[in-house]
Amino acid sequence: MNRLTDLPKARLFWPIVTLVALLLLNAAVAPGFFAIRVQNGHLFGSLIDILRNGAPTLLVALGMTLVIATRGIDLSVGAVVAISGALACTIIADSPDPGSVGTVLAAVSVALLFSLVLGAWNGLLVAVFGIQPIIATLILMTAGRGIAMLITEGQIITITSAPFKVIGAGHWFGLPASIVIAGGMFALAALLTRKTALGLLIESVGINPVASRLAGVRSRGIIWVVYVFSALCAGIAGLMIASNVTAADANSAGLYIEMDAILAVVIGGTSLAGGRYSLTGTLIGAFIIQTLTTTVYTVGIAPSITLVFKALVVIAVCLLQSPVLQEKLRQRRSTTKAGALA
Amino acid sequence: MTITPSTSRATDAPAPTGRPIIEMEDISISFPGVKALDSVSFRMFPGEVHSLMGENGAGKSTLIKALTGVYSIDSGTMSLGGEPLVISGPAQAQAAGISTVYQEVNLLPNLSVAENIMLGREPRRLGAIDWRTMRDRAGELLARLHLDIDPGSQLSSHSLAVQQLVAIARATDIDAKVLILDEPTSSLDADEVSELFRVIRGLKDDGVAILFVSHFLDQVYEISDRLTVLRNGALVGEYLTREILRIELVHKMIGKELATLESLENKTRAAAVEGETEEVPYLKAVGLGRKGSVEPTDLVIHEGEVVGLAGLLGSGRTEIARLITGADRADSGELFVRGTRKRLRTPRVALRDRIAYSSEDRKREGIVEELSVRDNIVLALQADRGWFRRISKRRQDELANSYISALGIRPANPDALVRNLSGGNQQKVLLARWLAVAPRLLVLDEPTRGIDVGAKAEIQKLVSSLADEGMAVVFISAELEEVLRLSHRIAVMRDRRKVADLPNEDVTVGEIMGLIASGAEA
Repeated sequence: MNRLTDLPKARLFWPIVTLVALLLLNAAVAPGFFAIRVQNGHLFGSLIDILRNGAPTLLVALGMTLVIATRGIDLSVGAVVAISGALACTIIADSPDPGSVGTVLAAVSVALLFSLVLGAWNGLLVAVFGIQPIIATLILMTAGRGIAMLITEGQIITITSAPFKVIGAGHWFGLPASIVIAGGMFALAALLTRKTALGLLIESVGINPVASRLAGVRSRGIIWVVYVFSALCAGIAGLMIASNVTAADANSAGLYIEMDAILAVVIGGTSLAGGRYSLTGTLIGAFIIQTLTTTVYTVGIAPSITLVFKALVVIAVCLLQSPVLQEKLRQRRSTTKAGALA
Repeated sequence: MTITPSTSRATDAPAPTGRPIIEMEDISISFPGVKALDSVSFRMFPGEVHSLMGENGAGKSTLIKALTGVYSIDSGTMSLGGEPLVISGPAQAQAAGISTVYQEVNLLPNLSVAENIMLGREPRRLGAIDWRTMRDRAGELLARLHLDIDPGSQLSSHSLAVQQLVAIARATDIDAKVLILDEPTSSLDADEVSELFRVIRGLKDDGVAILFVSHFLDQVYEISDRLTVLRNGALVGEYLTREILRIELVHKMIGKELATLESLENKTRAAAVEGETEEVPYLKAVGLGRKGSVEPTDLVIHEGEVVGLAGLLGSGRTEIARLITGADRADSGELFVRGTRKRLRTPRVALRDRIAYSSEDRKREGIVEELSVRDNIVLALQADRGWFRRISKRRQDELANSYISALGIRPANPDALVRNLSGGNQQKVLLARWLAVAPRLLVLDEPTRGIDVGAKAEIQKLVSSLADEGMAVVFISAELEEVLRLSHRIAVMRDRRKVADLPNEDVTVGEIMGLIASGAEA
């Protein structure tokens, strides 16, 4: 099942066009936008910044893609981002040796393990108790911020830890570490769904849960796995965000990231109705959203209309992908062609 | 399959007096991976009943949907009463005088009969609905069909047959020149069918052109004047009903000999006689039941045996099938597989014991529409192996291709989306899915419903040969002839309990019918 390479071209055409158009717009306004320079063996440039800043959204959107493919949704990712960052920072801040690699590894492990637990909780509510995903994850979405507040005791925890800083702001192999991590998770998700049968079973459950059950598909386990994966992705994103600002803010870390992630998935062509999904589409969707944010700065759009601008682009992409509109455009084109011939 | 060129239609059926009201010329429609209609021509005359005949996948539904504006045509022309007809949607087709009554009655059961008939065309006075005119108008339409019911009564209080007639009343109010009846008789009993036919004849006398689709040959011969036969998306020919023998018609529909069916019957009967053995049955249910679904029931199924389950809808025939396959959980009784007590809590557990259940609801509980034929075929096998032991791409292709050719799945393309296949081919894909897990007990719930002669015969043949190879098969069908033809033993269900379990020796349809009916209300 070569979902990633056999992707119908038409499906990703408009998202790619949008991304390229946005990048060209940036380049027109800011010459040197595409320039990438090497400094101390590290790559720098606006494109690299987009990739780096988009990494958390991409991570969260990856998990969201698989959740949505099973007809679900995960609203709790923002809260998990906050909890994961809060846990890691608190552990590092409380340790006698915040700068040691051992402390950071321990903090990261605890944060990620707890993220897995949170994902398992969501999975339990959805898969076992059959609670509507939007409600089940809404519980953690609201309660999760509270948990993060409890962990940080209501403070913004600022830390100084060189090894921890690497996750969000360091470099590996000449690239920002966050890009390498996000790329690694993307590869992992692709491998998990392509090299195992998970992709087929996820789609099958998403398209027709009843038929899948009769075919012996363990939909409960699959649904569980996607929520756990989603929380893991959110947990990593949380570490990245906390590391980048060297602080944990229970209130604002990952705020509205679920919206960006859902948008990225939808822009990437995966239907909220579940079933067929595209990880590559999500990748492009996440970069569109990040490029939009960058564009707002380069073009110098007034902050007051930033959200309106974003909304317009998103509406345009969604409309371009709408089958109804595409059919209309096709008819229009063929009639004008006929008119030209006549 | 190739269509011989001698099947041009003009020579076969002379036109009656008058011009055709509908003429469709060289219509082609394609879906991804499927050519659903290939240059098909079709015409209808006023005051005539025209039957559209063909197997599943022949293109009947596609042709109807082209005519009613549901699908747009890729090429070809259509005309209505000599004027070119371009339809871009169902509403436009209706406005042009082409009305359709679908197999599943598309009405609102909680509204009144009058509201249903006039829905969307309510007479108005001063902006508000004029209820009295509405009721009177509905009453007239009902009277025209000689249907004596209160227009103010709730639709759901009437039988399905009456609802069907209400749907026709609704269709004919729109000044219909052409009325399309898609499988109108599939859920009607004999009396209701003759009532429907009376109405059809009345409409015919009024000059309406009627397109009739049914899998029942008797009804086709009784009601229609003209036949058009399609096969694999191509036109086979147009014939006058009185001039074509049934055997010829069936030949034209399936394009192959029917002898297989008769030989099959003899073989099954022979096997039934020697089938009596003392070995441990593959499955034995003792007092298996579920509240509100089926009373405690005993059932024994041996390997190499086809057990037919006969009974009306809701008699417990599907319900007991779901209990022995883990689709539903039993709340009483015991179940033994090869003599060992088992609890089949889920279909997955049942599949582990090589028990597969093919649901009667192909669309909701069978196919996974948006996935390919290949994915659908390997699904159960892959689910059984778990996620990590993925079936390799090459093995998937081998499996899919071998079943596509063994069962004659059309189109023979493993990448085609199952959604785009005809009902019969979807059913074959499902059979392939279950056969791929090598079941020892295969429970087939209505595997031949809504599919016609050819595909039916193939599936029946398959069931028989599977049993010959030692598989235990439970076969459920509303068609008693089919149950009798295939089964070694027949369990009759009535009112949620088993009322008889008899070897299929000299049993007649009449006897089974008696068992099903006795004690039941009217």
